[in-house]
Amino acid sequence: MARMKFLCDADRCIECNACVTACKNEHEVPWGINRRRVVTINDGKPGERSISMACMHCTDAPCAAVCPVNCFYTTADAVVLHSKDLCIGCGYCFYACPFGAPQYPKVGNFGSRGKMDKCTYCAGGPEADGSKEEYEKYGANRLAEGKLPLCAEMCSTKSLLAGDGEIIAQIYKERVTKRGYGSGAWGWKTAYRETIES
Amino acid sequence: MASFARFIRLAFGAWALLLLVTAVPASAQQVNPTASAVKEQQLLQELNRIQGRVSIPDQRSRVLEQPQGREWREFRMVTLPWIGGVAIIGMIAVIMIFYLTRGMVRLESGRSGRTVVRFNGFERFVHWMTATCFIILAISGLNVTFGRQLLLPLIGFEAFSEWSQWAKYAHNYLSFPFTLGVVLIFLMWIGGNIPGKVDIEWAKRGGGLIGHDHPPAYRFNGGQKMIYWIVVLGGGLVAASGYALMFPFYGTGIEGMQMAQIVHAIVAVLFVAAMIGHIYIGTIGMEGAFEAMGSGEVDVNWAREHHRLWLDEQMARTGPNDGQRQPASAPAE
Repeated sequence: MARMKFLCDADRCIECNACVTACKNEHEVPWGINRRRVVTINDGKPGERSISMACMHCTDAPCAAVCPVNCFYTTADAVVLHSKDLCIGCGYCFYACPFGAPQYPKVGNFGSRGKMDKCTYCAGGPEADGSKEEYEKYGANRLAEGKLPLCAEMCSTKSLLAGDGEIIAQIYKERVTKRGYGSGAWGWKTAYRETIES
Repeated sequence: MASFARFIRLAFGAWALLLLVTAVPASAQQVNPTASAVKEQQLLQELNRIQGRVSIPDQRSRVLEQPQGREWREFRMVTLPWIGGVAIIGMIAVIMIFYLTRGMVRLESGRSGRTVVRFNGFERFVHWMTATCFIILAISGLNVTFGRQLLLPLIGFEAFSEWSQWAKYAHNYLSFPFTLGVVLIFLMWIGGNIPGKVDIEWAKRGGGLIGHDHPPAYRFNGGQKMIYWIVVLGGGLVAASGYALMFPFYGTGIEGMQMAQIVHAIVAVLFVAAMIGHIYIGTIGMEGAFEAMGSGEVDVNWAREHHRLWLDEQMARTGPNDGQRQPASAPAE
């Protein structure tokens, strides 16, 4: 089985936010929640870079470790998913996550946050693949259909890459060699304890 | 006419020269977009977090990366269970050893049959309201820290999740009467709980815990004053840190909430350990002690042994409640 990862080539990202929009549309994500976002660093200054970020599906995921009800699980493709039936909305995963991925539909509402929502790597949840229940709780299950996450699939500059970690790392390395520069695989060191030498 | 042509030529020449001068540095600058690009590791080392600008309405999502969640994870998974385990199991062990060696602290002079009012109805109501909330808060709180390891394997995912959900609601909502109770306790008993000389003497004599000593005390002895300040200060800290967690992003970011959780959890487990001691001495640890919070009236002999100075004050004011209430049980000895 593959070890699925995301890689954002910040030298290619043009901050068009199409990945953000595509994700919201594909999964009918609730109001106020963005499973993916584009952050621009040093905006308007020399060296500005934009990075598209969502759940990185970490190795030894901190959210899964700290969850008091153990509602997280890792699929055979190393995608970190959770069960909204088990989630009690305590907020612990959101304290532990380095990428701000877990979000709640009712943050700030008297401590009753509601069930946590985050990027599923377009892989749904514990319900039967492609079922109505799965779609309502977690959104589309593209992985079960043999497709990759939509955000990466429709990225106009092919900045955002999704797929097997080794393959996307190889693609990124080739790009860096060919064009002569690369600002690195953002978040990889934190999420996967490894980085791509460029 | 000729001078105008010369002026044009001169102006054109100056313009060409200017173009040449400005063009030199531009051509010298070879295209290397990463030379000035922001570097992830550098940004992380500078601030331990990376943030920028987002164009979506949720401005909290502008924080791109904050790896300090790892330290918090270490605290939550390793440090806290150790602190909590040692404090709570340690306290239970100390109490058990104490009970087995010393046993219940008896009323040495037996019961007099005369009682004196120690806590009025309002005081007892506040005490029991706070106590009930505290016990539920403690159990539901310990469930978050220890439940996954201790309870989940016994009852399974669904049942544990259901129970934890209700425990969380109870934890959130009972925090309000609990906080009210702490505030009322602070206000109504502050008068008797200012540490003084008598407490130093009380502490020097070990509070009479060992042997059959009865160091004098006013309404609250040194140990009770300690419990009072643990409740007031510990209760204040858990309430403040708890509300920071209940109202996320009202004045705190993620780091603030991690800190709040750390303070909340450490104070809470120590608080639980202290209250186990308090419950012990108020029930099976000392004869005649429970009545103070039960009926509100204690035997005069009990008051004389444990709170002599307070009893003297009360006697000077009102005198004991003669014959109003017969003791429920015969004297112990």
